[in-house]
Amino acid sequence: MFDEKVIAMILEGIRDTLYMTLVSTFIGYVLGLPLGIVLNVTRDEGLKPNKIIYRILDFICNIIRSVPFLILLILLIPFTRLIVGKSYGSTATIVPLVICAAPYIARVVESSLNEVDAGVIEAAKAMGANNFQIITKVLLVEGKTSLLTGVTITTGLLLGYSAMSGTVGGGGLGDIAVRYGYYRWQTDIMVVTVILLIVIFQIIQNIGSRIASALDHRKR
Amino acid sequence: MSEIEIKRLTKKFQVNGDVINALTNVNLTIEKGDIYGIIGMSGAGKSTLVRTINYLEKPTEGEVLIDGINLGELSEKELRKKRSEIGMIFQGFNLLEQKTVLDNICFPLEITGTKKHAARERARELLKTVNLEEKEKAYPSQLSGGQKQRVAIARALATNPKILLCDEATSALDPQTTDSILSLLKEINEKLGITIVVITHQMSVVTDICSKVAIIDNGHLVEEGEVEKVFASPKSDAARELISGKLIRYSPVAELESGRNIRIVFTENSAYEPVISNVILRANAPINILKADTRNIGGKAIGEMILGLPEDEKIQEEIIDYLKDRGLIVTEVNEGV
Repeated sequence: MFDEKVIAMILEGIRDTLYMTLVSTFIGYVLGLPLGIVLNVTRDEGLKPNKIIYRILDFICNIIRSVPFLILLILLIPFTRLIVGKSYGSTATIVPLVICAAPYIARVVESSLNEVDAGVIEAAKAMGANNFQIITKVLLVEGKTSLLTGVTITTGLLLGYSAMSGTVGGGGLGDIAVRYGYYRWQTDIMVVTVILLIVIFQIIQNIGSRIASALDHRKR
Repeated sequence: MSEIEIKRLTKKFQVNGDVINALTNVNLTIEKGDIYGIIGMSGAGKSTLVRTINYLEKPTEGEVLIDGINLGELSEKELRKKRSEIGMIFQGFNLLEQKTVLDNICFPLEITGTKKHAARERARELLKTVNLEEKEKAYPSQLSGGQKQRVAIARALATNPKILLCDEATSALDPQTTDSILSLLKEINEKLGITIVVITHQMSVVTDICSKVAIIDNGHLVEEGEVEKVFASPKSDAARELISGKLIRYSPVAELESGRNIRIVFTENSAYEPVISNVILRANAPINILKADTRNIGGKAIGEMILGLPEDEKIQEEIIDYLKDRGLIVTEVNEGV
């Protein structure tokens, strides 16, 4: 059905899509995880309540999250150019993906940590644990299943967003779908890329939930 | 020196702008090696009180001294060190659900920086103490409530504390499991000489294992002393209520309207004599038994009865005198109680 050139292009698209999704998830967590921990710790019921810090971070997270991704993508073009040197291609797309993902991840992490039983935290305090120990040895350990579910959801979200970046030349499967399917009316290529996106999404979800449930010792 | 001294302790909470007095001017001294019961209805302030002993709750006023050291004068770091020397167990067990039994017991040692190998050795030793050797690789979700509390006890003992605080530790357990946990606590107290503070709303827990008791009502310490004495002749309303239980208040017994009700307490010796039969034969008058109960207090069988006396005042006096002569403790019971 397709010639070799098209197949090579689609394979490259798969590689670029995975590259954008996984790298932006990773960098997103490098920024979002500490941010989420700070949100959890500074909330009113947290380990070290601090209304000012909480409100500032809360505000920033909400602002970024309320800007539609496509608009963020365009707004950030100058910034992306500054960091990567160009505003198109898969590496350049990682910048807006990370900016979009970090506050989202912070929220997901915060809510995962909020779920950790307050009684267990109290027990750790009674043992003489300091706040750093409580974060690393209690919050992150007891919340790990929920945190991993968050990683899976975030990866799925970023997969979708990376495809969306195709509209402005972002590279990957979304880019192929827009260029061939939309501008050149090659429906067959578009259908294949969409199916591939669905398959990749399913694989990520599957692996994620399997790891999460394998590591969960609460019910068995 | 006393192990725990609480001096003029007041704790206020601010809830939605209102100030709530959780504890008011509480004074309490707990000696080394005691099993000390703190009892009260829910909301009386006993959980807040126990949390001031390891400063999880900081008092608004007053002092807490452990071994003569005022916790209020310690730095955060010194306070955390002190806390690691005080074990605590909870109603909800509060185990780490994602860690094995062994790792849970190692946890306080990990916090205080003990080497992993030494911590595991100590944890296995403690599993033996609480009779759960075969469960070291299990996760808390695979254990029953009683087993979870045993793990929690082992965990609380890991750092060799001198004090063990128990916050409603048996309230989530069935009566049989409660008994086994209480006898474990007693065993630990006897073997290791650890001072144990037991918070509970159940009088049976206090009478089973405690040597001394304090009664907290509405944030005030209303009565304290040896369990035997408080049980035999309670002075405060709260104590009477906790001893009799609410049942008797609402039972139709109150409507019997016998002339006068008295409560008698059988001490060890008198429990063998058929006192009631004798008094009925002697006074030649009917006596209504409104309530009867026998409890094991510190290994002694102590019985209590509430009797409805006949209306004739002369016979009433005669009966009361006879009972007192027999060495029983006789107290008046107010209407309906």
